[in-house]
Parts: sequence; C-alpha cells; structure tokens
Amino acid sequence: MHNFEFVKPGSVADAVSALAADNAKALSGGQTLLPTMKAMLAQPDTIVSLTGIPEMKGVCMADGGLSIGAATPHAVVAAEAGKYFPALANLAGGIGDPSVRSRGTMGGSLANNDPAACYPAAVLATGATVHTNKRKIAADDYFQGMFDTALAEGEIITSVTFPVAEKAAYVKFNQPASRFALTAVFVAKYAQGVRVAVTGASNNGVFRWKAAEAALSANFASAALSGLTLPATDMINDLHGTAAYRAHLAGVLTRRAVDAAH
Amino acid sequence: MPKDGGIGASTVRREDIRFLTGKGRYTADINLRGQGYAVFLRSEVAHGRINGIDTSAAMAAPGVLAIMTGADFAAMGGNPAGWYIPSRDGTAMKEPKRPVLAHGKVRHVGDAYAVVVAETLEQAREAAALVEADITELPAIVNMAAAVADSSNRVHDEIADNVCFDWGWIEDNRAAVDAAFAAAPHVTTLELVNNRLAPNAMETRASIGDYDPGTQDYKLYTTSQNPHLSRLLICAFVMGIPENKLTVIAPDVGGGFGSKIYHYGEEAAVLAASKALGRPVKWVADRSEAFLSDAHGRDHVTKIELATDKQGNFLAVRTATMANVGAYLSNFSTATPTFLHGTLMAGPYRTPLVYVNVKAVFTNTAPVDAYRGAGRPEATYSLERVIDKAAHELGIDPLEIRRKNFIQPDQYPYTTPVGLVYDTGNYNATLDKLIEIGDLAGFEGRAAKSKAKGKLRGLGLSTWIEACGIAPSNLVGVLGARVGLYDAATVRVNATGNISVLVGAHSHGQGHETVFPQVVSDMLGVPASSIEIVHGDTSKIPFGMGSYGSRSLAVCGTAMVKAVDKIIAKGKKIAAHMLEAAEGDITFADGKFSVAGTDKAKTFGEIAFSAYVPHNYPLETLEPGLEETAFYDPANFTYPAGAYACEVEVDPDTGQVTIESFACADDFGNVMNPMIVNGQVHGGVAQGIGQALLENVAYDENGQLLSGSFMDYAMPRADDLPMFTVDHSCNTPCTHNPLGVKGCGEAGAIGSPPAVVNAVINALQRAGMTHVTHIDMPVTPSRVWAAMQ
Repeated sequence: MHNFEFVKPGSVADAVSALAADNAKALSGGQTLLPTMKAMLAQPDTIVSLTGIPEMKGVCMADGGLSIGAATPHAVVAAEAGKYFPALANLAGGIGDPSVRSRGTMGGSLANNDPAACYPAAVLATGATVHTNKRKIAADDYFQGMFDTALAEGEIITSVTFPVAEKAAYVKFNQPASRFALTAVFVAKYAQGVRVAVTGASNNGVFRWKAAEAALSANFASAALSGLTLPATDMINDLHGTAAYRAHLAGVLTRRAVDAAH
Repeated sequence: MPKDGGIGASTVRREDIRFLTGKGRYTADINLRGQGYAVFLRSEVAHGRINGIDTSAAMAAPGVLAIMTGADFAAMGGNPAGWYIPSRDGTAMKEPKRPVLAHGKVRHVGDAYAVVVAETLEQAREAAALVEADITELPAIVNMAAAVADSSNRVHDEIADNVCFDWGWIEDNRAAVDAAFAAAPHVTTLELVNNRLAPNAMETRASIGDYDPGTQDYKLYTTSQNPHLSRLLICAFVMGIPENKLTVIAPDVGGGFGSKIYHYGEEAAVLAASKALGRPVKWVADRSEAFLSDAHGRDHVTKIELATDKQGNFLAVRTATMANVGAYLSNFSTATPTFLHGTLMAGPYRTPLVYVNVKAVFTNTAPVDAYRGAGRPEATYSLERVIDKAAHELGIDPLEIRRKNFIQPDQYPYTTPVGLVYDTGNYNATLDKLIEIGDLAGFEGRAAKSKAKGKLRGLGLSTWIEACGIAPSNLVGVLGARVGLYDAATVRVNATGNISVLVGAHSHGQGHETVFPQVVSDMLGVPASSIEIVHGDTSKIPFGMGSYGSRSLAVCGTAMVKAVDKIIAKGKKIAAHMLEAAEGDITFADGKFSVAGTDKAKTFGEIAFSAYVPHNYPLETLEPGLEETAFYDPANFTYPAGAYACEVEVDPDTGQVTIESFACADDFGNVMNPMIVNGQVHGGVAQGIGQALLENVAYDENGQLLSGSFMDYAMPRADDLPMFTVDHSCNTPCTHNPLGVKGCGEAGAIGSPPAVVNAVINALQRAGMTHVTHIDMPVTPSRVWAAMQ
C-alpha cells in the first residue's frame, strides 16, 4: 500500500471539495477499497473518509419511505431498520460477517455495485431513490452494469430512501467461499405491483425479472411462477456455479422469497 | 484409570495457553537487529522465457539494499526430489533442476524470479514494483492429458512429453491382474478427479536468514515441520554449506498439513542475501503468495476398475492415474502419488490382485506435494468410491460388500499384493462400532423425516486404512527414498530431577508438548509439569526427521521411550551402588528405585542428584550425569484403520448438500491422550469435508489461478460442519513399537471424503436418480444440480 493523505471531513460539502484533489478517492467502510489498495491495484494520493459526516448516517422514516444514511454500517441497519422494513434489516444482517457488517456501509456497497452484492437487490426491488450531493436518482436509472453506476466523478451518495413494501423478503444463496450472493433475490410487493430484483447471477449486475413481476403482480403466490424460467444467457459462469445453475437458482429463490414475504 | 497426567489421560494442552493468549513466538514475531526486508517478484504468467531483468531503477529506489535474480543463484544446486521413482519400462525419473529463483524460464504463476531487500518492507515493495522483467509469454500447459499429448510445448525444455515417470506397481503382477479382469464376471469402472487443494495453514510461510560474518555461521528461522531435513537439503544440495555451519530453527509453527515439510527457495534466498549484506534478512509471505507458491495437495485424475464375482467378492483392482506434480518436483512429490498411494490400493480388503499405474506430469502450475494424508486419501477415495459403485451395480448393501471382503483378524500379519505387511487390525470391530455409534439402524427413520421436509437423505460409508508412522528406512530405501526415516530423542535429566526431552519430531499444532511428557511422566514417575519438550532447533535437538505422516509418537515417541529405558537402566546402576545392592536386585516403579524384598529405596530425584553430585558414586565404572539419547528406526509402518459414516441431506431444488451427521470408529492402537486424538480426528474430518464439498484450486486455460484468495477458495467453516461422533475404543495395538501406537493425525482427512461423496450419491439414487453414479469433488450445489438434470 502506498502512502496517502487522509482527510475526514465533517460535512458533505467539505467531502466534495476534498474529493476534488488530484487522484482522490472516497472511503466509506473500506471493505473493497482497502483490499484493493493493499494489493496495489488502487493507489490514491488522498483518501476522503465519509464516515465522519453526521448527515450521512442513521435510519429514520421520511417522506417516501425509510431513509438510510449512506455511511450507516450494515450492523446498524440490521439492528434499527427491522421495525420499519424487516426484509431490509434481514438483508443487512446477512452481509459478510460481524466485522464486515460493523465497517461496511450501504453507500459503499451501492457505489461499488459488485454484481454479487446484496444491497443493489434491495434498492432495485423496492424502487428506492438514491440521494447524492447533486441529485436524486431512481433505482431503475442507477445501476448501469457490473461495477458501473450512474454516479459521476466525485459524486457522493448521501442517503437512500426505500419505499416500504406491503410484503417483502430477501433470499440469498451463499457463494461458499466469499459468502457473497451466488444468487439472491429480493421480492417486494406494493399496491401498484410487485418488483423482483436478482443479484449475483448476471454479468450485467443486478436486474429486474420482469416476467416474474407480472406474474406475481397478478397473483402474489409462488405457484404463479410455475413454468417461468430465466434464460441463462448473460448469466455468470464461474468456479462456483454455471450460468444455467444461476438461472435456475434465481427461479428457486424467487419462489422462496414469495413464500417468505411478510 | 490412567495415572494423573500419564498415559491415557486427557491432559489439557499446555501449549494452548501461549497460543490462545497471543504469546506464541512464530517466525514473523522474531525481529533481529538490523534486519532487512525481502519481497519476492513472482511471475504473472504461467509460462514464459526470461529475456532480461532490469533492476537499475529499483536499485536506485530509497532504502534498497540488494536485488538478486535467478542469475545470482544459477551456480547453486537445485532443490532435490527426495524419492527416486523409475518408470515401469526402466527409464530413469526426469529430475529437472529446481533453482532457488527461476532462471531462463518462469514455469507457473507465482514462480519467484527475483528478490528485493530493503530497509523497510514498504521500501522493498515500492522498489519491487520498479523491477522490469522482460518475459516472453509462452503457451501454458495446464491440463495433464494435453501436456502428455503435445510434446511441442514443454514445461522443461529437456523433457519432451512432460512426464516425470510412468510407474507400475507391482509390475510383476500386471499380467495376472489383466487376466483376472479378462475373466471377471463383473467389472465396475469409475473415472474420477481428486481435486487440487491449497494447504492454507493459519500461519503463512516465513523465513529469516541470519549470517554471522564473524563466525561465518548461518542461522535460519523458518516455518518448517522438520528443521533437520531442511538443513540437510540447504547444506548438501542447494548452498553447499557444511551442516555444522547452519542452524535451522523452526519456532512455533502455525500449522503445516504437509506444506511446511519441504525446503523452498525463499529459505536459501534469505540466507544468501544475509551473507551478501552481512545483516539479517526477513521474509513473511502474505496469503496471496501462499496460494500461489505453497506446495498444493492431491490433483489426481484416475480411472479405477474393480473386478468382482457376482456375489461381490473382490477379484482384482486396476488403476491408471495421472498425478500432477506442477512445474517443479517438490521434495516428496514423487513419493506421494506412488509409495504413499499405490501401496494402499489393497485397502483393508483381501483383494488378491492389484495393479497401479501412475503417470506423474509436469504442468505450469504450482508444485504439488504431500498434504494431510498424502497419497493415502487419493487411494482411499478411488477405492471406496468404486466399491460403492460396484455394490450398487451388484445390488449388494455397501456395508455388506465391504464386510465380506475384509481381511480377517486371524490373517495377520497380512501381506498385501501391493507390497505392505499389515501387522494387526480388526476391521469388523470398527465397523460394528460404527453401526452402533452412528445409529445406522435408525437411518430409514431419519430419511423419512428428511423427506417430509422435502430433503433427500443419504448415507455414505468408508472403511479405510493407511500406512503411517513413516517409516522403516530399509524398506523406504528399497522403495526409492533418498533419506532415512528414523527419529531421535534425548532425555536430559537435570540435577534437580526435572527433565528436558529434546526430540526430532516437530510440533506445529499436534500437542507434542503435552503428550510426550505424559509418556515420560508415566514411565519415570516424575510429574508431567516437571518435564519439558524441546523441539525445532537443530543446535539443540538430535538429528530427527520431523513431523508428517502421522509419525511423531510412533517413531519419535518410541525413540523417547528407548531413551527413558536407558535412563532407568543407568539409574538402577547408580541405585545399586547407593543402596549397596546387586544391580539385578533393583526394581524401578512409581518413581522409586528399590531393592527387591526390602524397604530400601531411593527416589528418582535422589538418583538424578547423585548423578550430577557424584560424591557417593561408582565413578570407576559409571560416567556421571543422567542423559541418554536413542535413535529408533521402526520395523514396519503402522496401520491405523477405521470405519466412517456420513449422513447428508440434499436440497433437490438447489443441489445444496448439508452434512447432518458424521461418525468415526477408528483404530489408532493405544491412545496416549484421548482428548487430543479426538481433536486430531475432528480437524482431519473437517479438512476431508472441505475437500469433498468446498475446496478447489482451479487454474484457467492460461494457467492463471482462479482460486487465489479466500473470496474464491472455500475453506470449511464451523457452520459447514456437524457435531462429530468419534470413537477409538476398538484398538489393536501396533505390534512393533513399545507404546502400541499407530498415529491419528491424517486419519480424518483420509477416511472422510469418500464417505461424504458416497452419501450424496446414495441420497440421489434413493430418490430414483439411478443414473447419477458419480459427482467429482468438490460436490458443489451447481455440480449436484447439474447431475440431477
């Protein structure tokens, strides 16, 4: 790891100006950036910590749903979101292990957009709104593919607002080594319809399974998914599972999520 | 009941206090005055020709002390293979030089070709990034079949077909085996892969070279399972240093599992760098380096055939294996797939005819060598899987087909058709015990409960045997070993009656510091707390051969017993003098030397004191002091055996396998510390389950390591494992060592993988999927699901 300057601003405005420095990088929980730096694959000159900004932390009900500060660690979401949105708290409580959950943050996960991360599924399935220092981004516009998002250079996620579902569940099938999602599915039922988001499966990152959404919007029961399958095209094929397996798994997990939704 | 703290007591491990409170002293904890820090440059391509290495920019970087490349070591010797294995046609084994640092070519991703030494680790890393290696990438040789087929592409330019040897065992039996197959009423054939594993000891490798310019002595602190062997290899083969000028110290070592048996180039490099700089040089591997450069385990592709009659009596076994040795021959890489594998292919069965063929193949991958079990898991897996398949084909219960072929208790000593003589055993007893402790009778009831939950339950068995306590030097010498495999111990009684025991075995998690004193305490009547085990330092201990192959207690422990016997014999002479009795009238029991039939006695402490303060002592006939050394070379291997049962549930929707129960009935001979034996079995079974369900070292077609971190290499974790049911009460003591011990360190890793896979196949077949006859390890959900389609 190379030497770097470390700044820990107390406001979003200060963080934005610190990130304007040459070769500066935002650090939240560091679950991806620090290993990358240790491997000398990232060599920023300035690290801007986002964990000392009060306005980027916390879990509360707000207009449009449950608002979670981007720098809130997973463990806090797991502990505090349950009374508002149990499926979301459950998702946060299943990320990594206790040390990961104590350090890792929602904003970090979403900004990185790992194709096997958990939070992208929740954001996409709930049609959440991603708030940044510049704008509000709808979930459907935010995810642009594997490790790719709508964020501009220097743009910081400040919070995410999750519309609370009538019923929802997140069911994750662990990749055995990393315990990221080999495939995982978030199902959320709203008055206006059902949304289904699949993570871990696609080469293009998290995606909505529209056919399942239509079927479940008509009849929110796992039986409604009978006969529906996802094509294996564009699914991830690696050591841990074939593309065909992931496509199959997405179907199984969607049924299980519907059965578990409450 | 065992004596308190003596043989058979479940004494709590004394070393754990320091390990668990962070007071262990590992190589990485040692810092010497003025040490420089070494960073190795490792090939990023699997196969390439080194055109040149430009170190000028790196040399100019801050803090850099030295940079050495393969050229600096070209005149040194190579790191040798410890066993010579000729081919069945008489061709000599191909032994390409394994240099300290790669020279001319790099042959696997992670192959070290240069080392940078700097004042700080950070400076060494920064400078390493400035070294410019001009390497022309060559096509990678990864797949063994392709390596053998394509002679135009060579790992070593001088070896045309990439084959190290093509070994037959036993060649004289081959014709008879082939004839038996030709005439057999039934032949079961199975092709399988024994997956490559990364050893992943908790402590990564580390070495500190410390050359003293004043005395011209070298000292090496290193993560070794056998410091004397490392000293011998470094001195006699690689660096040409007199053995008396090199001390090798393996302090606390955090696990080895085989991977730290071997001498690695980094050890010679830090010694040479230390000499060049006149100051110590330290290197500690990070986990990425460990994945890339530790010797891996297993990696066999095997076709096994079992010939039977219609009743399931085994008539013959024939195997053809390709064993990956990687890019270079690690020290025991040639023994592992041959004499630790082919000689076990009879298993615990009376199979009259066995023929084993092993082709060892060079590839552009990390070297492969012994890993917990070493060859014996590969043999056991092939055999126990093909037996299950045969049982299924013949419609015979897997338990019964095993039982009907067992060697019977009245047949010992039993000579197998693959060159071993089993001294003792009772395989029916351990199988009966397994039926009891595993409640096999209750399986159908549990299967019904699983079915009610929508899960498929399966039961898998494995009845295994191993040859360990490695081993008789004269026998292994005939088999091709270039070293002796005895061991040694010195029992040093101090003047005040406490005892230092200096042993050739090395403890890196096994618990020797607890168990060895239990044995000495039991023999001498001295409290175990007054007995200290000294190991791991060649300047202190006698020349022993270290720990691997479940040998410590059976071989080194026996040397220790023999040294204690000498202590007692000398004590009797001293006591006879002090008590004015004939030596023949002195008896020794419970820590006292007594004159038979009288109340005249001297305690062990009084005798020890007299030996060092010899005021009243037969100096004219007896040397003072009370210290004895014994070397012991066993008459045979030991043959632990056991019966394992695994129950799994398979989720038919996802293919996920969960282990519901695992029972082990083992015969380890006499057991010195039952708690430690249980722990060894638990750890071994955990590793075996890891191999069966989770672990896999994978390279892509370019030789890039796909499983280079714990993000992709799945180690078993506590929640992957059930509670284990372990029993070792059915023991048949080893007939040729005084403690009657056989060894228990590798058993779990040998016996468990086939039990797991047999259980998964059983679950699927019971559910009507009779077309599923095999799934290769690791049995991942994706593979199970694919097999079910």
